[in-house]
Amino acid sequence: MNDIKTAFKNKKAFIPFVTAGDPDLETSEKLIEQMSKSGADIIEIGIPFSDPIAEGAVIQQADLRAISAGTTTDKIFDMVSRAGSKVECPLVIVTYMNPIFVYGTDRFMKKCGECNISGVIVPDTPFEEKEELAPYCEKYGVELISFASCSSENRVKMIAKQAQGFLYCVGAENKSVSDTVSVAKSVSDIPCVVALEDATARQARSAAEYADGIVCDTAVVRLIEKYGRDCKEPVCEFIKSMKLAITQ
Amino acid sequence: MSKGRFGVHGGQFVPEILMNAINEFEEAYNKYRNDPEFVSELDTLMREYAGRPSRLYFAEKMTRDLGGAKIYLKREDLNHTGSHKINNCIGQCLIAKKMGKTRVIAETGAGQHGVATATVAALLGLECEIFMGKEDTIRQALNVYRMKLLGAKVNAVETGTMTLKDAVNEAMREWSCRLSDTHYVLGSVMGPHPFPTVVRDFQSVIGREIKAQLFEKEGRLPDVVMACVGGGSNAMGAFYEFIKDENVRLIGCEAAGLGVDNPKNAATVANGTLGIFHGMKSYFCQDSYGQIAPVYSISAGLDYPGIGPEHANLHDTGRAQYVPVTDEEAVAAFEYLSRTEGIIPAIESAHAVAYCMKLAPTMDKDKVIVVNLSGRGDKDVAAIARYRGENIYE
Repeated sequence: MNDIKTAFKNKKAFIPFVTAGDPDLETSEKLIEQMSKSGADIIEIGIPFSDPIAEGAVIQQADLRAISAGTTTDKIFDMVSRAGSKVECPLVIVTYMNPIFVYGTDRFMKKCGECNISGVIVPDTPFEEKEELAPYCEKYGVELISFASCSSENRVKMIAKQAQGFLYCVGAENKSVSDTVSVAKSVSDIPCVVALEDATARQARSAAEYADGIVCDTAVVRLIEKYGRDCKEPVCEFIKSMKLAITQ
Repeated sequence: MSKGRFGVHGGQFVPEILMNAINEFEEAYNKYRNDPEFVSELDTLMREYAGRPSRLYFAEKMTRDLGGAKIYLKREDLNHTGSHKINNCIGQCLIAKKMGKTRVIAETGAGQHGVATATVAALLGLECEIFMGKEDTIRQALNVYRMKLLGAKVNAVETGTMTLKDAVNEAMREWSCRLSDTHYVLGSVMGPHPFPTVVRDFQSVIGREIKAQLFEKEGRLPDVVMACVGGGSNAMGAFYEFIKDENVRLIGCEAAGLGVDNPKNAATVANGTLGIFHGMKSYFCQDSYGQIAPVYSISAGLDYPGIGPEHANLHDTGRAQYVPVTDEEAVAAFEYLSRTEGIIPAIESAHAVAYCMKLAPTMDKDKVIVVNLSGRGDKDVAAIARYRGENIYE
C-alpha cells in the first residue's frame, strides 16, 4: 500500500479526481495510469452514486453517465486492482455511504485493502458517524479521510486532531478555506488539501501557498465530459500544467 | 457518538459543512421546545391561524356502506393550507425566526409542504425558496402558482428523476451554500437528526387530538389508527401518541404504484432494503450496489424511495404494520370518499382510505378505525380526471 504521507513529503501534492466508468472503465483505467505518469501525487477515484448530494451538477452528470454505462462497484475494484499495479502514487476512493454500506462495509474495505487503496473519502459521513466506517478501515489498513469546514472552529480542531491521511478542507460562507487550513494547522500536522473548482494555474499557485495539496475534481471531470474516450491527452496536459504551477 | 437513533435507524449522515447548522438547530429546538413563550406562540398560531384542533369526524355513511368497524376521519385536510404540513412549518419557522434566520428553504413533492412553508414564511416575514422536481411542477401546477402567489420562489429541479428525492438533494445543496441566514424546513420525519424527532414532535398534535376527541365521542381508545406513508410525517404524527397503547394497531399505507411486483412503485417497506441516504439509516428502494431506485406513484407526495427512521424501527419491532396500496386502489378510494361522504381527499390520503375500505368490513361493528385524512384533494382533481381519461387541464 502506498503511503499517503510520502505524497506530501517535501512537496505540494497535486490530486486529480476521476469518476470510475465515465465514459467507460477502460478509459478510466488508462487515465489513472497516465495521470500518475503526468505527475499526480495521489489519485481520487470516484465510485459513482445516483444521488451525490455533496457534489454539483458536473460530477452528478458524470456519475449518471458511469452508472448508465453499466459501471458497478465490483467492476471498479477489478479495474482498480489492474491499474493499481501500474501506478506509483497512492489511490483513494471517493464515494457515498450507501454504496459502501450496501456492498457490506467490511467487504468493501477488505476489497480496498486487496486493491492497494490507501484511503477512502465519504462526503456524507461526518465525524459523529465515523464509527460506521473507522473500525473496518482500521482492520484493512485503509485511512479514513475527513472533511473540515470553518463554519465552526471547534469542529475543525476536533476533526483535525483525529484526522488520518490528509484533511479535506472546505470553506464556509463568508469565510475562506484558508481559515479552515490555519485552524487545522494550529492543532495538528495533518496535511491539509483544498479543492479548486475552476482550476487555473494562478488559483492553484495561490492555494499552494497555504495548503499542502490541491484537489482538482470538477475541472478534470469537465475535460472527460468534453473529450470522452479521447480525454487522456487533455487531462494529462492539464495535470502537468497544474503540477508545474504548484511546484514553482 | 451517533445521535438520533431509532433502533439501528437514523443518525446524521450529512456533509461536514452542514453539521454546524444542524447542531445549532438542535440546540435551538431544545432551548425553545419547553420555553413558555415559544409554546404559547406556537399554540396561538396552531389555533388561530392553522385552525386547530382539526375535527375527528364520524364517517357514518362509509361505516354503514362497508358494514364493519366504525370509521372516524381525522380531518387534517381542514387545516389552513389544506394538509397536516402546516403543523411542522409553523413550528420550524418560529424556531428559525428565533434563531435570527431571515430565509427558509424547503423541498416539496405534491407541493403541500411547499405551500405550507411559503404560507408561514409570508406570515412571519421570511424570504422563502422551494425546491420541487420538474416532473412534480407539471403534475401539481396549481400548487406551484399558489407558492408564487404567497411570495415564494419555486425552483424546478431538473436533476436525476426530477421528483421528491431530487428536490431534497437540491435543498441540501442549497443549504450548504447559504447557512448563515437560512433554515432548511425539512418537511417529513426523515433526514438527519434532529429532523425526524422535531417533525414528529410538531406533528404529534394529531395523535393527541385523536385520543382526546375519540375519548369524548366513544370513551375509549381506537382499535386501529392508519395513515399514508411517504417519508411518513402525517403517519408519525398520528401514531406517536398511541405507540405505548399496545392494543392500538398502527397501519402505514405505502404507495405501491402499478403494484409491488411492478418496478413502478414506491413501497419502501415492502421492497426496500437497509441503506444510508439523505442523512439517515433506514429502508430504501435501491439496487444491489446501493444506487437509489427511480420510484413511482401517482401521488407526488408519496413518490419517495425512503421512509423515516422511526417508521423503519416501528416496522422492525412489529409495533406498526406497513401495507402497499396501488394507484388504482387509491384512485378508487379518492372517488369513493368523494361520493360517499362528500369529502375529496388528497390522493396521498386516499391510500389510507383505500386500505380502510379493505379492513373495515373484516372487523366487528363495535371496533373503531381512525383514518388520518392528511390533506384535501383539490390539487389532485385534474390529475385524477386525466387518469380516468378526461382531458382536463388546470
